[in-house]
Amino acid sequence: MQPNDATQAQDTLDGYNFAYLDEQTKRMIRRATLKAVAIPGYQVPFAGREMPLPYGWGTGGIQVTAAVIGPDDTLKVIDQGADDTTNAVSIRRFFARTAGVATTERTTQASLIQTRHRIPEAPLTEDQILVYQVPIPEPLRWMEARESETRKMHALEEYGVMHVKLYEDIAHLGRIATSYDYPVRVNGRYVMAPSPIPKFDNPKMDMMPALQLFGAGREKRIYAVPPYTRVESLDFEDHPFEVQAWDEACALCGATDSYLDEVVIDDAGGRMFVCSDTDHCTQRTASREAAE
Amino acid sequence: MTAAAAMDLSAETPLLRVRDLTRLYGDRVGCEGVSFDLWPGEVLGIVGESGSGKTTLLNTLSARLEPSAGTVEYDTRDAGLTDIYQLSEPRRRLLTRTDWGIVHQNPRDGLRMGVSAGANIGERLMAVGARHYGNIRADALDWMGRVEIRDERVDDLPRTFSGGMQQRLQIARNLVTGPRLVFMDEPTGGLDVSVQARLLDLLRSLVTGMRLSVILVTHDLAVARLLAHRLMVMKDGRVVEQGLTDQVLDDPHHPYTQLLVSSVLQV
Ligand SMILES: Nc1ncnc2c1ncn2[C@@H]1O[C@H](COP(=O)(O)OP(=O)(O)OP(=O)(O)O)[C@@H](O)[C@H]1O
Ligand SMILES: [Mg+2]
Ligand SMILES: [Zn+2]
Repeated sequence: MQPNDATQAQDTLDGYNFAYLDEQTKRMIRRATLKAVAIPGYQVPFAGREMPLPYGWGTGGIQVTAAVIGPDDTLKVIDQGADDTTNAVSIRRFFARTAGVATTERTTQASLIQTRHRIPEAPLTEDQILVYQVPIPEPLRWMEARESETRKMHALEEYGVMHVKLYEDIAHLGRIATSYDYPVRVNGRYVMAPSPIPKFDNPKMDMMPALQLFGAGREKRIYAVPPYTRVESLDFEDHPFEVQAWDEACALCGATDSYLDEVVIDDAGGRMFVCSDTDHCTQRTASREAAE
Repeated sequence: MTAAAAMDLSAETPLLRVRDLTRLYGDRVGCEGVSFDLWPGEVLGIVGESGSGKTTLLNTLSARLEPSAGTVEYDTRDAGLTDIYQLSEPRRRLLTRTDWGIVHQNPRDGLRMGVSAGANIGERLMAVGARHYGNIRADALDWMGRVEIRDERVDDLPRTFSGGMQQRLQIARNLVTGPRLVFMDEPTGGLDVSVQARLLDLLRSLVTGMRLSVILVTHDLAVARLLAHRLMVMKDGRVVEQGLTDQVLDDPHHPYTQLLVSSVLQV
């Protein structure tokens, strides 16, 4: 079933609206999203809804996806880089049933990518939207519990405490040990939590041609990085930002430039490193085999 | 050297000019009709019994409690005497973070208990744009030394420090950006007598060495005598007597001050 417009899509699944959310809720989320795009990195509050989805994923990103998805979209869902986890499969199926959209595991073929914990290795384009699921949207929260105060700190660009955290890393560990959800400054203005992606992915956010949207369900916040926007990772002059690096190549496809997961392969504690981005690995393996 | 010798009597404008300052809590008076000038390098003590309005006055002076009436003008570096409550909030917050310091009676209110001593000292530097870890750490260590905390404690959490050390750390955290005016509310309260004496000594040499202006609230006249050039005596929210510290304490005019001084002598 492949409806051409939203009217037809109403009856994609009996009794449910297109992409599950009612039109009024979607309009409200779109308004918040537009505001977020207009003020890169700024957290816009929205009135979040419950979604009938697996507990433990969080629904902020999925609500954003539901609000921006159209019948012509092709959806890809990634969980920690993989398309085939239980969560990724059930979210993909959810939108296939409630919005009737096509789905894919190929990064290059997706128009909309819903992700948790990774940015795909394949460069994204202007024709794509990347939607992140965010558990904790406020990068200042660890230092300041009061929402009224963090809002003021953002408004006045009082970001000294972000460097206090990096200072502590270096003082105790000799280097900046923060490796996930590594704070960034967007467009030279707002400090933003990139969600728990590895810092390996941070440089991909900088000047990305695709629109990046972030949804936090529990805290009911939406924020955005518009296409071609500067995204800088915070650091010190004498301890510059660095990404993770591996001595090994991917054991499956031989990639040396992708984010690797360590997996245990047998009971004897044998391990190997493989691409966390399953699509990237599959495409590389396929093209190697084709070449042979 | 008498305390007054450290003051800059040649300055043309006061650092702080306070006129008819009043803060009410509903019908209750917090402080009322307070006027004075504070000069660069001057240490002004505010004394009085519990409930006399010392903390209310200090908070109103230090931009933390909006006055009900009256003005607090500060000699800003760019625009001269300016009413601090007329400044935009960003400018006011910047002023309090750079040009001013606030030392709380309870170090927990003035320190970040969750980060190391070095980070506590370095925070203000980072807040105004310092981005070189090595330099920030060197400054932190320098200030640890100046407040007599051993270098090797630089990465320890403040909660592992004694009360006196926490108070010295709070002072270092405030002074690292070279403020011109520091507000202190009972900085030696809650400390043992011997610890107090050491802290007072340290405060005295820092204040003189950095030519700091200080507004110091204390109910301890011995502390006031040691640190303050000038005293204001408060009762029921009003200033009943003010003058040079020695004059006020040795030759009090107001009956309330006489009572205050004599009750101290009896202790
Ligand atoms: N938040 C408040 N709400 C209402 N009344 C207050 C408040 N804070 C202080 N007061 C009242 O204002 C008066 C002055 O209190 P303040 O705390 O300024 O005195 P203080 O001289 O600092 O006393 P202490 O030596 O005990 O610290 C008192 O009558 C007090 O009860
Ligand atoms: Mg008090
Ligand atoms: Zn691979």
